[in-house]
Amino acid sequence: MRLPVLLAALVAVATCTETFVGHQVLRVTPKSDEELQKVQELQALEHLQLDFWLAPRGLGFPVDIRVPFPSLQPVKAHLEASGVSYSIMIEDVQALVDEEQMDMLRSSRQLPLDTNTFNYEAYHTLDEIYNFMDMLVAENPNLVSKLEIGRSTEDRPLYVLKFSTGGTNRPAIWIDTGIHSREWVTQASGVWFAKKIVQDHANNEGVASILETMDIFLEIVTNPDGFAFTQTKNRMWRKTRSKHSGSICVGVDPNRNWDAGFGEAGASGNPCAETYHGPYPNSEPEVKSIVDFVKSHGNIKAFVSIHSYSQLLLYPYGYTDTPAPDQQELHEVSAKAVAALSSLYGTRYKYGSIITTIYRASGGTIDWTYNQGIKYSFTFELRDTGRYGFLLPAKQIVPTAEETWLALKVIMEHARDNMY
Amino acid sequence: DIDDVGHKYYLELELEDVLDKDRTVNCTAEVLYHLGSKSTAPDVQVTVQGELRSTEEADKEFYNRIRSLEKELVAENIPDSHGNVPPELEPIHLLAWAASGYVIWQNSTENTKFHLAQVKHVKQVKRSDEDLQFDYVLLLHEMVSQEVIPWELTVLWHPQRGARVPRD
Repeated sequence: MRLPVLLAALVAVATCTETFVGHQVLRVTPKSDEELQKVQELQALEHLQLDFWLAPRGLGFPVDIRVPFPSLQPVKAHLEASGVSYSIMIEDVQALVDEEQMDMLRSSRQLPLDTNTFNYEAYHTLDEIYNFMDMLVAENPNLVSKLEIGRSTEDRPLYVLKFSTGGTNRPAIWIDTGIHSREWVTQASGVWFAKKIVQDHANNEGVASILETMDIFLEIVTNPDGFAFTQTKNRMWRKTRSKHSGSICVGVDPNRNWDAGFGEAGASGNPCAETYHGPYPNSEPEVKSIVDFVKSHGNIKAFVSIHSYSQLLLYPYGYTDTPAPDQQELHEVSAKAVAALSSLYGTRYKYGSIITTIYRASGGTIDWTYNQGIKYSFTFELRDTGRYGFLLPAKQIVPTAEETWLALKVIMEHARDNMY
Repeated sequence: DIDDVGHKYYLELELEDVLDKDRTVNCTAEVLYHLGSKSTAPDVQVTVQGELRSTEEADKEFYNRIRSLEKELVAENIPDSHGNVPPELEPIHLLAWAASGYVIWQNSTENTKFHLAQVKHVKQVKRSDEDLQFDYVLLLHEMVSQEVIPWELTVLWHPQRGARVPRD
């Protein structure tokens, strides 16, 4: 009974034809014939523009009436004068309509038709992101291709987007997001980055010049099992979803599972811990697939792994306090990248090596990639600094992606201009 | 370093009002972490240099709104997965944030860094006295271990007397 009216209200609101500001829904349950008659009288008064959500049926049956604001006083007076009691079921119909519309927009599961109608300002499901990737490839077959570099523990495909204007095994930049599944702003930013690369190329600006001589690899959902779990069971899940024999606890921290200081201080040997390093290096297919890819590619020059939150730009090492040999250069590049990031919205970042800036962490991604010879190895911790933490409001996705992109460009351009 | 006692930190801080971003107030603080003791909270002394904005009106409005509810307020997942907080639950969220500050203080060492990750559950409990009572289940995120720890907490609040966490 209510639903068609609410839908009509929504259509009206969407087409800006009607508003329900100040309208109330009153409930009357007539207990006598006199009361019933008084309510029925109201039905006849057309000028009041009453909308009966539940029409009078008989004694003891509730009557629900939507009363427009100008009619509130006369209706209430009419009821009170006859001693008919009523209750206010809805204090402001417009407030409810607004809320529902927001809910619908938020949870709109309609598949977008192309990457131009895709909503970059919302968080998406795994299926929606995989669909986005396919659309992006279909729309730009000469620039973008999708590679499957492995399968997750729960047998989900691990997809990497390759952006290339040609050549054979050009020097490349790697970017990954979502390795820790609860860090939702990162996967969302990855989606935005993918579209941005395509747009820059089409408009011959931004990273178009980088693409003339380098390829970009982007893994948006680096931990799809964890991501699916955050959507269905536990929004705060960080690790993979692997089960290693001997424990009821699930999952390995994919940022402690790399072969750099593996198992040393800065990771946990307890399978139930959030920083569990796993039974051995690369035990996690999500990690092994990247290791295999990097080794067989052999020509990656910059590697950026993206996390949230804390607003930091970090370079190696995390497993040792021995400074990285390229510490000075990495520090200078970081300073420039952070300045570019802040220039957009004033977001403040700190930067430095992992161990001096955040904490000791062993078996980490960029410690391994750096030791492989990928000099420009960086980790980002995106917005915010704790107010919302992992639950960053969706409206901050695009600003976060935009500012981070400026920092990424500094790193990519530096790699291009300092080829080694 | 204070021999046989612990480590003392002298801090100069700038407080920013979350609801009024342009307004900042300076303050100084001294924090003493006791040597070895994991069961004593650090000693904290704070001096606020300036005035905090008056929230009397909003406090009164919130107080009256909650007192006049027919059914006790119950809510969960604040913010939700997408970071949304319904406007009418914002004060509940802010109160949780203040109360989490107390829990964090009581459980902090030089090697921890806590933030409130989410209000998992909150239930109002009606009282015969003038206080509002909210029973919370909070999720606290600890940065070094990366653990998300559930914490049950009862919070009392009154417009004049402010927030209190009763001893359990």
